[in-house]
Amino acid sequence: MSGAQLARSQPRISVGRVSPVDIVLWSLRILVLFVVFAGTIGAIVKDRYTAAQWFDFVMFGLTIGAIYAQIALGYTMVYGVLRLINFAHGDIVMCGAFAGYFVASPLDRSGFLTDHPVIGMAAILAVAVATSTGIALLTERIAYRPFRRVAGSGPLIAAIGVSFFLEQTFRGMFGSSVKSYPAPAWQRSTFEVWGFNVPRIDVLVIGLAIVFMAGLYLIVQRTKMGTAMRAVAEDAEAAALMGIDVNKVVVFTFVLGGAMAGIAGVFYAFVYKQVYFFMGFTPGIKAFGAAVLGGIGSIPGAMIGGVFLGLVESVGPSLFLDGLGIPAPYQLRDLIAFTLLIMVLIFRPNGIFGERMAKQRA
Amino acid sequence: MTAVEHGRAGAALAWRRAALVGLGFGAGALHLAAVGVLLMLHQRWIVIDTLSLGQATVLLLAGGAGAMAARDADARLARGALAGLCATLPLALLSLAMDAVTLQPIFIVLTPDLQAMLTLGMPPLLAAPALLLVGVAAGLLGAALRAIPALSRALLPGAIAVLIAGVFQELIQLMLQQYEGPVGEARDFVYTWEGLTQQGAVTVFVVVTLIAQLAGRAARGRVAAMEPARRRQIWAGIALAAIVILPAAAGSYIGQVLMLVGLYILMGIGLNLEVGLAGLLDLGFVAFFAVGAYSTALLTADAPNALMHLSYWAAMPISVLLAVCVGVLFGLPVLGVRGDYLAVATMGLGEIVRVIVLSDFGAPLLGGAQGVLHIPKPQIGSYTLSSPVALFYLTLVAAAIAAFIAWRLENSRLGRAWMALRDDEDVAQALGINLVRSKLLAYGLGAAFAGLAGSIFATMLSSVYPSSFQLLISINVLALIIVGGMGSLPGVVLGSVVLIGLPELLREFGEYRYLFYGAVLVVMMRLRPEGLWPSDVRQRELHAGDETAALDAGADLLPARE
Repeated sequence: MSGAQLARSQPRISVGRVSPVDIVLWSLRILVLFVVFAGTIGAIVKDRYTAAQWFDFVMFGLTIGAIYAQIALGYTMVYGVLRLINFAHGDIVMCGAFAGYFVASPLDRSGFLTDHPVIGMAAILAVAVATSTGIALLTERIAYRPFRRVAGSGPLIAAIGVSFFLEQTFRGMFGSSVKSYPAPAWQRSTFEVWGFNVPRIDVLVIGLAIVFMAGLYLIVQRTKMGTAMRAVAEDAEAAALMGIDVNKVVVFTFVLGGAMAGIAGVFYAFVYKQVYFFMGFTPGIKAFGAAVLGGIGSIPGAMIGGVFLGLVESVGPSLFLDGLGIPAPYQLRDLIAFTLLIMVLIFRPNGIFGERMAKQRA
Repeated sequence: MTAVEHGRAGAALAWRRAALVGLGFGAGALHLAAVGVLLMLHQRWIVIDTLSLGQATVLLLAGGAGAMAARDADARLARGALAGLCATLPLALLSLAMDAVTLQPIFIVLTPDLQAMLTLGMPPLLAAPALLLVGVAAGLLGAALRAIPALSRALLPGAIAVLIAGVFQELIQLMLQQYEGPVGEARDFVYTWEGLTQQGAVTVFVVVTLIAQLAGRAARGRVAAMEPARRRQIWAGIALAAIVILPAAAGSYIGQVLMLVGLYILMGIGLNLEVGLAGLLDLGFVAFFAVGAYSTALLTADAPNALMHLSYWAAMPISVLLAVCVGVLFGLPVLGVRGDYLAVATMGLGEIVRVIVLSDFGAPLLGGAQGVLHIPKPQIGSYTLSSPVALFYLTLVAAAIAAFIAWRLENSRLGRAWMALRDDEDVAQALGINLVRSKLLAYGLGAAFAGLAGSIFATMLSSVYPSSFQLLISINVLALIIVGGMGSLPGVVLGSVVLIGLPELLREFGEYRYLFYGAVLVVMMRLRPEGLWPSDVRQRELHAGDETAALDAGADLLPARE
């Protein structure tokens, strides 16, 4: 039941009477709309940023959004199949980033990454994907499978435990310091399109993300295993009766999600140029928001939700907050993302693309 | 298949299971080694120059594997030995691997020190088999202890006493420091400044074993005859007396630790109302704690950004009130959000609070990353509550009041409304429970206790920083009520002592606390979801659940568990 529905179901004496909860929810809506519109008008009037800067914001938003989209896919697929919020998914991303770091760092030092960028990147991504997938499978086998049929908050609490366990394990093994990711010259360079400077790394991230996500979409839509996955997501018991091995499907789902998380981890680390044990938390939560925004359980929804979230959080500070005269709006970037997350959970828990999962969730 | 073949297949399965159990424990040991816990524990002697806590951990893991494997009637000892062998196998392989290649550039804790611990200074080719042998011995012992109850009754009390006397030697010595005469002589006999001596360990073992034998015979019948509830009451009484008297007797360090425990008890009671009774999984709980702390700071501090300079006693109720307001404001928008989504939404709200506090936007009022400094200590008349022990008693009083309120609430109309809400929101509403009111009261009252804890926390530290109010606090509190038992008041106390107090006493453990919490959350949810000290209602529910689950299992078509 969504917030609005609940509010509507409050006892009413006469038709048209408004409950206090309604007032709060409406003022929240109005406040957010006010910030968005007033801020935008303010930004347009002030005209502080050049077209090139706006282009940079959008470009960065698309890049980071492509990464969020990849992470969101993991949430949405696991949720679709298991009805579980895989709280540790952000940390699977971190695992991939770390694994990539331990390949990228020596490759960069020996100059290999500069001389053979394609092979180097492929090696980094392969190791990251293998690590993330392996750890995702381990978490599924050890921590999630025993909770397969448990109702209530138990599975989520276990998932929170897994998240902390992974973070602290990596912290113990590799230290708590922030490690800087190698950035070879070709990554930092830009090229010009219609007078705008486009960073190469952005194009690489967006391009590869599109390729991988298209691949994933094809796997889910065209292969036998993908069909089985969708069947389990639709109705696990009926699927089991049709002879589908549910355990196998769950494992396959974690493989796909883990692989995407590994890739996303490497990209995220390349964009922010650093890795540390807690790095997976924030993108994880944001990507979950993106998955809900797109309608959890929906694969295209997760992709679109991720890109949308990336754009909003990248353009938002300068567009909405700067226009209102708030100092150092860039610090409030996460505020915008979290507000979007909460607004979605309150007002559109079914996502913007439909109601398919609504009944199963409650 | 004949019966003999059947038996053989069953035996083979049992052997395989023993090996798997051992390997599971071994993987745990390997993990502890790789993250640095083992080496950290190795720095602490249980018995000087004889046994370190790290070595004891390896022994306990192998012994535990042995005991786990020895659950069938036949070949118990042999299976225990196999499990013990498998439990030390990963560590033995690790020591060989560390000899062959240097892993330290990647895994920062795989140092020569760890190698020295695993090999005891022996050459690795000799040390690895030796380690395995130790594993076999420990596994055998574990299996024997399980197989022969008389043996475990004879050995365990003494062994546990030695463990406690050795691990907490600093603390015990600190407490005994003030005594002269016979107590002082006994202390000097058992301890040196660096820990338990060998003669001391033997003495403690013998004395405790004797006492346990004598007292055990006398008391066993009586304890067994007691009702579980009565036994629990006695334990609770002992624990309570210890909590009240200990800090005054043991000095400021214990006072500080117990003070922290008290603060977490306060927060635990608050979150318990939300999660345990009303079933509202709130991960943004730290926000209320922060509101309490910052309000007290801004109302009392001798700092440029302070709003007022009230006395602590005037500021505390205002802080609690503000926390309640924030709690209600916090609860209002998420009224309609349910289940897992609520957890994420509240966490988002908590993060928003943190982001605002840290940003330049909130800095003029809240002081940004520097926080607010120079918060005065509370005063009673001319006496200033400045020592940790005095502040501990303040916390204790606050916790006692909170516990009383929570206890009365639990059985009140409101408490029952919360429980109905937890079990099924729709049904509760249909029964005429006002969802909005009950939920907001849960948030508000939960926030009140957290705000109170925050207020005391601020005056304890004399300063507040945003870095003290991370999501980790919410997770701490959640972990402690889950360990203690959701919805159970004594569970909150037990959870705080176990999760906050113990790691604080083993100071070097602090770094690894969250690793431990993460594991605890998973393990508790899997093995004992009702907690260590469950509330009666919850235990009944879970038992009823077991029965229906057993009935369901027959018709179970999904191969969820194998």
